Amino acid sequence: MDDFLAARSQMALSLGFHIIFACIGMVMPFFMAVSHYYYLKTKKPVYKNITKAWSKGVAIFFATGAVSGTALSFELGLLWPEFMKHAGPIFGMPFSLEGTAFFIEAIALGFFLYGWDKFNPWFHWFTGVVVGVSGIISGILVVAANAWMNNPTGFDYINGQYINIDPIKAMFNDAWLSQALHMSIAAFCATGFAVAGVHAYMLLKGKNKEFHRKSFRIAAAFGCIAAILQPLSGDFSAKDVAKRQPAKLAAMEAHFYTEKRAPLIIGGIPNEEKQTVDYALKIPGLLSFITHGDINAEVTGLDQIPKDEHPPVAITHYAFQIMVGLGMIMLLISILYFYSLWKKHNLMDKKWLLKLFAIATPMGYIAVEAGWTVTEVGRQPWIIYGIMRTADAVTPMPGIVYSFYLFTAIYLSLSFIVGFMLYRQIKMVDTLYDISEDLSNKQS
Amino acid sequence: MIYVVIAFLWAAIWLYLLLGGADFGAGILELFTSDKNKSKTRKTVYRVIGPVWEANHMWLIIAIVILFVGFPKIYTLMSVHMHIPLVIMLVGIIARGTAFTFRHYDAVVDDMQVVYNKIFQYSSFITPFFLGIIAASTVSGAIDTEAKDFLSAYVYSWLNWFSIAVGLFTVSICGFLAAIFIIGETDTEEDKRRFIQKAKFMNIAAVITGGLVFIIAYLEGIPLAQWIFGNPIGTIAISAATLSLIILWKTIDKKNAVQLRILAGFQVSMILLSLTYEHFPNIILLKNGEYLSLMEYQGEEKTIAALAWALLLGSLFILPALYYLIYSFQKKGKVH
Ligand code: HDD
Ligand code: HEM
Ligand code: HEM
Repeated sequence: MDDFLAARSQMALSLGFHIIFACIGMVMPFFMAVSHYYYLKTKKPVYKNITKAWSKGVAIFFATGAVSGTALSFELGLLWPEFMKHAGPIFGMPFSLEGTAFFIEAIALGFFLYGWDKFNPWFHWFTGVVVGVSGIISGILVVAANAWMNNPTGFDYINGQYINIDPIKAMFNDAWLSQALHMSIAAFCATGFAVAGVHAYMLLKGKNKEFHRKSFRIAAAFGCIAAILQPLSGDFSAKDVAKRQPAKLAAMEAHFYTEKRAPLIIGGIPNEEKQTVDYALKIPGLLSFITHGDINAEVTGLDQIPKDEHPPVAITHYAFQIMVGLGMIMLLISILYFYSLWKKHNLMDKKWLLKLFAIATPMGYIAVEAGWTVTEVGRQPWIIYGIMRTADAVTPMPGIVYSFYLFTAIYLSLSFIVGFMLYRQIKMVDTLYDISEDLSNKQS
Repeated sequence: MIYVVIAFLWAAIWLYLLLGGADFGAGILELFTSDKNKSKTRKTVYRVIGPVWEANHMWLIIAIVILFVGFPKIYTLMSVHMHIPLVIMLVGIIARGTAFTFRHYDAVVDDMQVVYNKIFQYSSFITPFFLGIIAASTVSGAIDTEAKDFLSAYVYSWLNWFSIAVGLFTVSICGFLAAIFIIGETDTEEDKRRFIQKAKFMNIAAVITGGLVFIIAYLEGIPLAQWIFGNPIGTIAISAATLSLIILWKTIDKKNAVQLRILAGFQVSMILLSLTYEHFPNIILLKNGEYLSLMEYQGEEKTIAALAWALLLGSLFILPALYYLIYSFQKKGKVH
């Protein structure tokens, strides 16, 4: 592995690790706010138990998210100094605002986690909501920074100089809205499905029904609504990409030749050498329709793009297929769920539906990782689209391979410990919150 | 506007040293506590820093963001030549933050606790040690931008006796701050006495390592004494720090927590002031004798203005909330 590849891999690994915790940090506070709200309204202890059980999990994830985020803000410079030298002052605006959002989040989290029974209950509830809101805001801000890399605006690039910098304009670049929207919904979708899946699994095992049933409902509601919205927002993103990054779109779709009435290619194995896609399902005209709203429109293929500016086609294409495929599965599950909610209420007895949810536990997160792979790998070879190449941005220090190994070891062991602790938390629900069932029944 | 940004940068470093320092120090104290008392120390430490630790490490992030938005060349230069100590420090931050949370939130208490504790203690030592090393390297003229070989470009830029001494000094300061801070939080007389003992121990360590810093600076030809005593502010600051040290020793046994905290905080602030004043606005001194100045290497005007506004607006939200957080847990902590 050469140093350049190592740097890219380290960046991808760190971001891919961070995003999972970031999603949880953005979304779980809302789940907790809902169960906390029910608790304050109904005084049923089961809701308090749910809130507390979740908040223990969140504290673990939050700490991991915070330290991996801290690592990222250094890694940007450690791995890509040439990039940061020029990009820092331009796309830094969201980061400086994000500082405030993080701070508020951390303060509110202090109140929320350590404030049980110490404050006015509604003030305490409110601090939980603040955690969620500032988490979403920081997510949107950091995505704005990433969107700038896809759509660099807010400066003039003349003779290799970056002049007339306007950080505000850079923040509200053209890619910002579609990416921030899609990412925020993705966070809800992924976390909702993951949490619902775990509780569905516990329900199937017949443990602590009251507790898991109520938790499942909260998480599933969020996850399913998001899963229904996500394809709409994804369509918006795709149209946007077609406009501003034709090379990325072509790679996503493995679309080698420019053509009118372009087919949508589903699945298949792209062959970059022969410029063909084998074993794929092709639906004529659909790509033209999706990207331009007209089945006869022309879609730019990779042949219009200089060879040395092609992104890796196969990876981008596979990642895109995985994201959309999983999105479709989750969409189906959501429709089934709402349908059975609407038809009759005892759907918790429907084993097959719970099984579907249990199987879908990791799907949202896999889709998130795949989606980011599309965005980031699809931008290659550029680090700042059309302006700076990734290869020109990498640190001059040799031996990054070792740093990559080190970070891989750290993130692997962290994942292992976090998984292990989560397993223990879930196992302990029995002993810690066993009383919930009869107490809440008595009170209701 | 540039002065607003620089003031925030300084304040972020200062607060990180004080609050984050106390936070690191808590782990350092744990490391130097006899096994018998370890769990007691741990409980006190958790109660005190639990609610605020997330907020503490934000100061570091703010400092980094100010650097890369406002002074990108300085940020990049450090990222390149301090790559190795920065990575070690990062590993320390990651290990510490996670171990601290894990040991509290693990649903089952068993042998894993020993692992978390060990990680927490050692990383509490390593992180400020390397922070000290990095800070020392920026001002000691060790960074050689023209170096051709790996060792002089990426290793000797930070690995030298002066940096190591400053690293140890930073560690002692952190331990000292933590001990002073915790004195006010203990419930029993016995605990109070234990932490006073620790505070004294750490203070002596700080004086010794501080002396070491001066001696090595003299031997290596780093004009540290001249930087500090070459101007009235530095001299006054150091004298004030010494004075407060004397008062602190005289009053420490009276156990007036607030007074002790103010004295210790004052002392550390004065040390930071004296070290940075003469240098301002040059924050990096290179091997070839060139300075990198905050004024000269600032970003474009519009960026600096936007950054300054973001910081001002942010502090409008943050400071009252942070104050309320610390205040309420101080008050509520006592009741419980
Ligand atoms: C739960 C996760 C999830 C699901 C179900 C989907 N996506 Fe997605 N997608 C993401 C999670 C995601 C993401 C991880 O959040 C990305 C990466 C960057 C971004 O802004 O969002 C993304 C990026 C992304 C991009 C690239 C945007 C860019 O580079 O600017 C496109 C075109 C789509 N998505 C399209 C879709 C379509 C048509 C879907 C139909 C089902 C879909 N996504 C489902
Ligand atoms: C958290 C979700 C994200 C994930 C999973 C992710 C994933 C990746 C991947 C897979 C790469 C490697 C691409 C390649 O070299 O082939 C990469 C590169 C990179 N990403 Fe992201 N990314 C995310 C968000 C962001 C954000 C928000 C930023 C910046 C603000 C960012 C900045 C970068 C940079 C600087 C590189 C290295 C240069 C490059 O390869 O183009 N990423 N990321
Ligand atoms: C799309 C990508 C990203 C999203 C959605 C995201 C979102 C978040 C969220 C919600 C948090 C709050 C902590 C938590 O919930 O665990 C967080 C933490 C953090 N993130 Fe990210 N992040 C992303 C990428 C990045 C990148 C590229 C950087 C650095 C350049 C970064 C820096 C940080 C830092 C420093 C923290 C710690 C804040 C704290 O201590 O509270 N993040 N991120």
